[in-house]
Amino acid sequence: MQRRSFLAGLAIAVVPFAAEATPEAMAAAIREVTGGAVLQAGKVRLDIPPLVENGNTVPLTVTVDSPMTEADHVRAIHVFNEKNPQPHVFNAWLGPRNGKAVVGTRIKLADAQKVVAIAETSKGEFFSASADVIVTIAACIEDIT
Amino acid sequence: MTRLGVGASLVSVFAATLALAQTTTPTTAPLPPDDPRHSGYRDMGAELRRMQDDDTANPAMLFVQSGQALWQQKAGAAGKSCADCHQEVAQSMKGVAARYPALPPGADQPVDLEGRINLCRTERQKAPAFAPESPELLGLAAYVALQSRGQPIAPPDDPALAPFRSVGEAIYRDRQGQLNLSCSSCHDDNAGKRLAGAPIPQGHPTGYPIYRLEWQTLGSLKRRLRNCLVGMRAEGWDWDDPQYVALELYLMARARGMAMDAPAVRP
Amino acid sequence: MANVLVNAPKTAAKGETVEIKALILHPMETGFRTGTNGRIIPRNIIERFSATWNGAEIFRMDLSPAIAANPFVSFFATASESGTIALRWTGDEGFVAEHQVAITVT
Repeated sequence: MQRRSFLAGLAIAVVPFAAEATPEAMAAAIREVTGGAVLQAGKVRLDIPPLVENGNTVPLTVTVDSPMTEADHVRAIHVFNEKNPQPHVFNAWLGPRNGKAVVGTRIKLADAQKVVAIAETSKGEFFSASADVIVTIAACIEDIT
Repeated sequence: MTRLGVGASLVSVFAATLALAQTTTPTTAPLPPDDPRHSGYRDMGAELRRMQDDDTANPAMLFVQSGQALWQQKAGAAGKSCADCHQEVAQSMKGVAARYPALPPGADQPVDLEGRINLCRTERQKAPAFAPESPELLGLAAYVALQSRGQPIAPPDDPALAPFRSVGEAIYRDRQGQLNLSCSSCHDDNAGKRLAGAPIPQGHPTGYPIYRLEWQTLGSLKRRLRNCLVGMRAEGWDWDDPQYVALELYLMARARGMAMDAPAVRP
Repeated sequence: MANVLVNAPKTAAKGETVEIKALILHPMETGFRTGTNGRIIPRNIIERFSATWNGAEIFRMDLSPAIAANPFVSFFATASESGTIALRWTGDEGFVAEHQVAITVT
């Protein structure tokens, strides 16, 4: 663990703009949102293709099992990644007026990596789900750099 | 009427037309059951197919929408819009994209759909031609190509096209570039296998112009062919090179009878 | 005027949960790509998307450079009363786009 962070530090010192999120950066970003609260399993479903034809546009849907009532609803959905240049994907803010806690969008993934979705409930609980995604490159692209 | 007002009313017209639009790409027009050909649509995963099928979520439809606006817009010294001559797009343009490239009356070179649109721009509207791969040209091409949705590809029987189509076939079969590959090496001999993790399609131009995820925008068959040339480590041709149209003539003949699914989504 | 494609039902029963889909043309330049001149292409993204129903906020999303170009968002809302669903996108370089759809709730 120590050796890896040393090397990561070295890499950043040598090439300042070769920014790459690391699992540590993702963990830090998650902690910022949850305040260190426990991430519970269940309730969250992350739909994302396991094998992606092009990392430029990856369809993703987060579905959270919640009654979405005033007393018990999803307040926010936060999605993170571990290998893009920065760890955030999106934050969505919801409420009882949504009826269903479902958010769909399309994301960019720089490389094969883990994507994590966290649902924050009105009761202050955090539920999470993650998916490992393999990203392939399309053949015969515009430039060969 | 303010420009904003015009835009807003066109969006609502588009929305009304969309209400009648299909939300599934129609299945192939009847090809014989033993026909081995299939569109690149079948080589994509379920999520990308769903993206293409849903007219309310296919990014290419943003370009169709702007194409629809352009269709109505008067342009050039002649002050004419496409609609002034062609009236209702669904009637006048039905099946048109499925029979291009074609030889315009009196011309000595065939043109592809974008070329034909630019001919109308310069000769009928007396306006400057749209630049290659410009959003205006692609928007109109997408709008027109949409009107051939589900139609079988039907290259014209014009004998004057034959020599150009032969040139196209020769290009398709010739080895070229640093890798010494021909189009046929991949798209006939190895279609269905994988190249660096990506499935090799058969290379039928059923869906053009396409929203290619790699480009994050809409692009023409020319652009895609250029990508192939770069992929083969061959010299990419200039935008106005007649080899593109010749090759497209051959590819469309090779895809005869297959259903159009433009504007498509592809990786 | 921004090129947007919004899909929401024109009518709904009171209490029915409806899906709203929104697509907008935007390059979503990440700020991490290097141009042909060797310099970083500056970031240019949509940062926020919000939706209101007769003025009351029903959905809000903070977008990052990890959202794909020509961003697509879908979410749900429970039909409360007839009126206007208003969508708004804001982002870098002073980008603002707005779009309204009318909905009749019976």
